[in-house]
Amino acid sequence: MLSYILSRLVALALSLVVASLVIFVMIEMVPGDPASFMLGLNAAPDTVAALRAELGLGGSPPERYLRWIGGMLQGDFGTSYTYRTPVAELVTARLAVSLPLAVMALLLSTLIAIPVGLYAASRRGGPGDWSVMGLTQLGIAVPNFWFAMILVVIFAIQLRWFSAGGFPGWDQGVWPSLKALTLPAVALALPQASILARVMRSSVLEVLGQDYIRTARAKGLSRRRTLTDHALRNALIPVLTIIGLQFSFLIAGAIIIENVFFLPGLGRLVFQGITQRDLIVVESVVMLLVFAVILVNFLVDIAYGFADPRLRRR
Amino acid sequence: MRPRLPVTLVAGLALTALFAAAALLSLVWTPHAVDVLNIAARLQPPGGDHLLGTDHFGRDMLSMLMVGARTSIAVAIVAVGIGMALGVPLGLLAAANHGGVVDDLVMRGNDLVFAFPALVIAILITAVFGPSAFNAILAIGIFNTPVFARVTRGGALSVWTQDFILAARVSGKGAARISLEHILPNIASLLIVQGTIQFSLGILAEAGLSYVGLGAQPPLPSWGRMLADSQTMISFAPHLAVLPGLAIIATVLGLNLTGDGLRDHLDPRLRRPS
Repeated sequence: MLSYILSRLVALALSLVVASLVIFVMIEMVPGDPASFMLGLNAAPDTVAALRAELGLGGSPPERYLRWIGGMLQGDFGTSYTYRTPVAELVTARLAVSLPLAVMALLLSTLIAIPVGLYAASRRGGPGDWSVMGLTQLGIAVPNFWFAMILVVIFAIQLRWFSAGGFPGWDQGVWPSLKALTLPAVALALPQASILARVMRSSVLEVLGQDYIRTARAKGLSRRRTLTDHALRNALIPVLTIIGLQFSFLIAGAIIIENVFFLPGLGRLVFQGITQRDLIVVESVVMLLVFAVILVNFLVDIAYGFADPRLRRR
Repeated sequence: MRPRLPVTLVAGLALTALFAAAALLSLVWTPHAVDVLNIAARLQPPGGDHLLGTDHFGRDMLSMLMVGARTSIAVAIVAVGIGMALGVPLGLLAAANHGGVVDDLVMRGNDLVFAFPALVIAILITAVFGPSAFNAILAIGIFNTPVFARVTRGGALSVWTQDFILAARVSGKGAARISLEHILPNIASLLIVQGTIQFSLGILAEAGLSYVGLGAQPPLPSWGRMLADSQTMISFAPHLAVLPGLAIIATVLGLNLTGDGLRDHLDPRLRRPS
């Protein structure tokens, strides 16, 4: 197990290095100089040079890359060109919105998908199964931001149960903040839940075809007990991988959904960074998002290693 | 009881054909011109002279949806093309060198691209080159590449173990010729099915990118942009938001049904236990 974890760790580190190089090179290709962009066309050359130094733009590209990575490892993400505040502070503030949103959506989609998938599998071929398969097919086709807009019309404009957008901030109390994240989380969870329910259904069906299920039934266990005690746990293993894979879709979806609801999360930070050409923000936030995806996949790999001993000997 | 496959396939193909026809028709004819603004006739509800109503500039919604279909379909098709053109050769190469350095390199590269969601790739490209439909295509195409590489490799590996490949080897064919003449035709159905799925994902991705302003730029109509424009008017002109959304859903649904139907129809061996 130790050597398995070690090999995954090496792969994790390598992916991070290559990913950071890709991001750095892309951002390096951006035409124009942030310092002169900020100061305008009429700025004196020495003012521009002073700002360049202040922003850490001096030195050769390899030097800048090492400084960027070195800084990030110490929690220093550089200084935003436009906000003139450390990017790390901006990111922490925005994470307080994006992270709860992602977790809520993930929990919601899992909590919906697992019972629904189990139900469909237990009613295989029946009307219940058909309804679930039809609805999930539809759920996959619905763009989450459009679903979000429809939710706003129904629950914010018509029923006035929720606000149409914005975020009060956690210091205004936990309840109002959770309420502000509810509609976005539902919008984000729907397509994920549809995919997950289908995976869950076919996973359960596959397990139900195994010999040990027949044994369980033959020794007198009820259908229900067989399903919950034997099939469920084994069927969850592939579902776990898909949840990990979906994390990156969740992150991408969150970026768009935050824009629908005007939530001050990482997604909006990235878009403001693009429009204001605040590249250090874009660079660091993109790196953070990619890091999150790689880390989650690493954790899924490890969890898989614990769940399925055969994988460790690869 | 197994799903009756021809029904889903036919329904999927019909939906897909409907939107493809609308997109093609928009090249030569639309009910009204989409580049003429008619403020006097703005925000009309569906019905009457404008079958599906008009938008905030008085443009005919049906015409806008038809041209939008063209944008969405064009972006998604080219993106699938890019993904196939890059991914399939990589997958074939990896399978031919199974267990070797090349195989390992391709697979690690795949994992790396998978770590960048399509939207994140698009954000990077947009930050560098600015937003445009072309950059949206590029972003979705890059995202498609590892998908095709993985599917090709997986399919090719199972074909490589077959006896007729051994026969081809004995007859003196090299790995490249075997890949092209024997492997590729045998995994074609697999690739077509995956192509349909990526096509539908491409439509969704294009809509999302255009919605946040990273895709097609005005005045080019696109379903995602129409949704973005409709957002402030949703309380008094809901048809502006509902119609493009339904268009996206119907197209994606059509493609997904086609993909599922094709998978079962073309190659029963691919049938998942469902």
